[in-house]
Amino acid sequence: MNIFVLMKRTFDTEEKIVIQNGKVSEEGAEFIINPYDEYAIEEAIQVRDQHGGEVTVVTIGNEDAEKELRTALAMGADKAVLINIEDDVESRDQYTTAKVLAEYLKDKEADLILAGNVAIDGGSGQVGPRVAELLGIPYVTTITKLEIDGTNVKVVRDVEGDEEVIETSLPLLVTAQQGLNEPRYPSLPGIMKAKKKPLEELELDDLDLEEDDVEAKTKTIEIFLPPKKESGKILQGDISDQVKELVSLLHTEAKVI
Amino acid sequence: MARKVLTLAEVRDGALRNVSFEAISAAKTIAEGGEVVAVVVGASVRSFASELIAYGADRVVVVEHEKLATYTPDGYAQALQAVVEQEKPEGIVFGHTALGKDLSPKLAAKWQSGLVSDVVAVEETGGNIIFTRPIYSGKAFEKKIVTDGLMFVTVRPNNIAPLEKDESRTGEVVNVQVDIKDLRTIVRDIVRKTAEGVDLSEAKVIVAGGRGVKSAEGFEPLKELANVLGGAVGASRGACDAGYCDYSLQIGQTGKVVTPDLYIACGISGAIQHLAGMSNSKVIVAINKDPEANIFKVADYGIVGDLFEVVPLLIEEFKKLKVHS
Repeated sequence: MNIFVLMKRTFDTEEKIVIQNGKVSEEGAEFIINPYDEYAIEEAIQVRDQHGGEVTVVTIGNEDAEKELRTALAMGADKAVLINIEDDVESRDQYTTAKVLAEYLKDKEADLILAGNVAIDGGSGQVGPRVAELLGIPYVTTITKLEIDGTNVKVVRDVEGDEEVIETSLPLLVTAQQGLNEPRYPSLPGIMKAKKKPLEELELDDLDLEEDDVEAKTKTIEIFLPPKKESGKILQGDISDQVKELVSLLHTEAKVI
Repeated sequence: MARKVLTLAEVRDGALRNVSFEAISAAKTIAEGGEVVAVVVGASVRSFASELIAYGADRVVVVEHEKLATYTPDGYAQALQAVVEQEKPEGIVFGHTALGKDLSPKLAAKWQSGLVSDVVAVEETGGNIIFTRPIYSGKAFEKKIVTDGLMFVTVRPNNIAPLEKDESRTGEVVNVQVDIKDLRTIVRDIVRKTAEGVDLSEAKVIVAGGRGVKSAEGFEPLKELANVLGGAVGASRGACDAGYCDYSLQIGQTGKVVTPDLYIACGISGAIQHLAGMSNSKVIVAINKDPEANIFKVADYGIVGDLFEVVPLLIEEFKKLKVHS
């Protein structure tokens, strides 16, 4: 089976956000594989181990993303591809990302493409379905279970807490939800092997794309931090008095009850 | 600049979801005086048209087909394609719900357009429409504009106030016929795991429990409090991991992101992943035994105490308040 995983390198969730010159400062920040993409990588490895084939992890980013690609290879992926469009395309959004990925994937005869359902930085949740649409294949988002039998596929999808049991077939794109699996940590032998696994680097030219083809359809005009919350009121006194005061505050001051 | 804007209405448990009315409100702002057309899709959904008009839709387009009884991306995309071709809108607004999140990127890709998802505010400036959306799990926000193509937007539930309901409003209701074919995904079964009643992502009041709730039974007083307030029960990952409640209740970075008017956190320490899911709630109340708990840093009001003592007292007080008002 020919399996691809779409991966994004993101800010660690624990990082404090600092804005500098209108952008989120990356200075000294820790980066990780987007947590939802980790589920996708783990699932891809399990599917390959069960059905045979090869797992290729693809990312769009700059040379810094090599670290996260190596981590994916250390987990067990077979090959990695880094598509670096930073110097070629000035304005980028999810349209750009999807178009570039689809262009890369279109002649790869992928049976299964996996991605996270959302990235924790931008939070747009668009790229998976966009890529499937551009490739002309079906997709199922936020999956928590995947069973493949020949070309038949049974998927369980999380729908705001309820579950849909879906039947579909390969080729297919799925996006991973928490609960799909428990991503493994790279083992030491895995890390050693990963160093020798192929990591291909591509640019826009290699995909026969021009900047105009992939230019963003949206533009960020401002990034700002939420207004600092004034420190809250810790109530004092007898618990029953505190409760009375709280209810009164919610009613008269906050006016939410 | 007047624009024609579509909204996709969503039906759940036999009723329109609130976010459908919020989408109409957002569409009104985007339309800048142009027409707002609500689209409702399903097997038999014409009866919802009048409520959409009462909430501000100028017209309603109804697409009915037996294969649209359950949402599938292919089925709904075919329905929307027929409507877009007929109506030629400049923008489409969806709820940022499981359905909206799943469908809108497919359509945006089909029309080679931009999509601004998870929008919490819409401003008209006379020129561009400016959309505000959270990034980094709500730790920052960005303002975006659409520069080219159709304007696709999803709005986060509970953030954009719906217009006042006005039953006297009138508007045209039209049917669009579609032939739905070649569905590549089939929904075989829907397993209901969430409780009947108030939908967590749309609830105005949420009472959430953490590890401090200590057991499944420990959630009972929280449920009662939520009931008294007409709200929903949520949970931290810790409570879900400990098996006190179903993962469908989980609020946080993984799990649901909620912005109710009132969030009452009971026995929740306030890990950063949990805060990511609720810190933009309008008013936050924290109840925790540990005065050093992180949750107090984001709370508007805090009570340092045992939730099993505080919550029953709260239930009594809210009941009294209800009787008086």
